[in-house]
Amino acid sequence: MFWDKKIETLKRDELKSLQLKRLKKTVRQTLNVDFYRQHLSNARIRVEDIRTLDDIEKIPFTKKQDLRDGYPFGFLAVPLNNVVRIHTTSGTTGKPTVVGYTRKDLDTWADLIARNMTMVGITEDDVFQNMVNYGMFTGGLGFHYGAEKIGMTVIPSATGNTKRQIEMIADFGVTTIHCTPSYAMHLSEVAEEMHASLDSLRTGIFGAEPWSETMRHSLEERLGVTAFDSYGLSELFGPGVAFECPERNGLHIWHDAYLIEIINPQTGEQLSDGERGELVVTPLMKEAMPLLRYRTGDITMKMEDGCICTRGQKIARITGRSDDMLVIRGINVFPSQIEHVLLKIPEVGNQFMVYVDRVNHLDEMIVDVEINRDNFSGELADLARIQKKVVKELRDALELRTTVKLVEPGSLPRFEGKAKRVIDRRGDTI
Amino acid sequence: MDVKKFVIKQISVFSENRPGRLAAIAHALGEENVNILAFSIAEANGFGVVRALVDQPEKAYKKLSSIGFNVAFTDVIAVHMQDRPGGLYEIAKMLGDANINIEYSYAYSGKEGAVLILRVDQVVDAIEKISKSGATLIESSVFH
Ligand SMILES: [Zn+2]
Repeated sequence: MFWDKKIETLKRDELKSLQLKRLKKTVRQTLNVDFYRQHLSNARIRVEDIRTLDDIEKIPFTKKQDLRDGYPFGFLAVPLNNVVRIHTTSGTTGKPTVVGYTRKDLDTWADLIARNMTMVGITEDDVFQNMVNYGMFTGGLGFHYGAEKIGMTVIPSATGNTKRQIEMIADFGVTTIHCTPSYAMHLSEVAEEMHASLDSLRTGIFGAEPWSETMRHSLEERLGVTAFDSYGLSELFGPGVAFECPERNGLHIWHDAYLIEIINPQTGEQLSDGERGELVVTPLMKEAMPLLRYRTGDITMKMEDGCICTRGQKIARITGRSDDMLVIRGINVFPSQIEHVLLKIPEVGNQFMVYVDRVNHLDEMIVDVEINRDNFSGELADLARIQKKVVKELRDALELRTTVKLVEPGSLPRFEGKAKRVIDRRGDTI
Repeated sequence: MDVKKFVIKQISVFSENRPGRLAAIAHALGEENVNILAFSIAEANGFGVVRALVDQPEKAYKKLSSIGFNVAFTDVIAVHMQDRPGGLYEIAKMLGDANINIEYSYAYSGKEGAVLILRVDQVVDAIEKISKSGATLIESSVFH
């Protein structure tokens, strides 16, 4: 099902010319922002220099820190009386980032959400419980307006009081839920304790934090839903930037609204399709707060063109943050890739530590991994076989030879919150 | 012949190659009054398995697991060895002639005399072959 079939399935040429038109408009719009006037003049770029989509490479990136420095209204390209709403994103350090919306922005945003939900078969007949924060966080109101636009019956339940949430699902015959994957898991556990039925549920939309395919399977089984991954970023309106279609193999990103690039986070160079790197986005339809080449910090890749659903090019599910990326012998490695490999090997645990050294001018990566307590046979030969298996699986996934050290169960550090699993010792010796 | 009485429970402990691990194992067993009759260490890249014959295997297993060690039981057999030059050769030749496939072995000399501990892939088969060959198998009750 399509919300806006024409625009969602636009031919490549038509799409490119639409993108170019909108890019030029966006660049012009940014000239209302002191930061961008300076930014562009430093790079000696005038609006007229943007003649093709490739010319975007001449524009320097915009970083999260730039937005923080502009606190509170430094990035608004319209007078404040044209801004009808403000959201903020809390940073882990320092000031929050402010994002503003014009009336048209809110309409555009709701439209993108409507596309996403329609894409996975949600209609005005559905009853939607939106179990995310409705405050400054963009997830609540973003989905709320999109769902209303479709004409769904919307329950703005927000977060908290899980028992009440479960009662409402049953009493109101809720078919569709939106929340974080971890809250969904909690919900299913509480429902089980309450012996409550969640039979009316059909669709689960999960986002705002990374979640694995394993998590997808258990959520689908426990909640009786088909689970879809939703990607968004407050700086790019909020949720709704990219979304899985029924194929659930990658996320469709709305190319008429977002011009995307994948770059090597170290060098800033553009990468080709199929190469993993940092997602850089130039929103093409934002009025209040236009951005140029915004570095999301999220790691993904452009997938091969041609989804069965006939929509545009997809991106892969987010696999990590660029801050976590390591370059080993010229190859990009993300701790999340290692985690994925280990998850597939039952003989070892999921905890790990990575040490990087430089030995004779060559990078060496050591991965410490715990053997699984239940999988110890007592035989050295079996341990050696497990070690070989981990080395091989890592080599297949990373295209890199690593040294794998098996360590005792429970001996690796456990992290609450953000894990620090990589220790790069290459700076220690010259 | 009751072959079961010749099957001895060895404890195998996963251990990283880092200082103090063997001492930690030995200390823990000492605390529990578990007597270590024999042990050997097998090493690979960065890790090893400590193998031990103890008088109270269940107690040892429990104690070591409780302090975080990864422990498994392994069935081994023990063969009496003549405590004189050539003693090991006689046993080794017998095992070879009997076509017994040994995964590893280690020896020790205790009050029962010199003993060769064997880890074989077919325990029952090996026990039968060894007893037919005339060598003396030592019953598990001697150890625990
Ligand atoms: Zn599709």
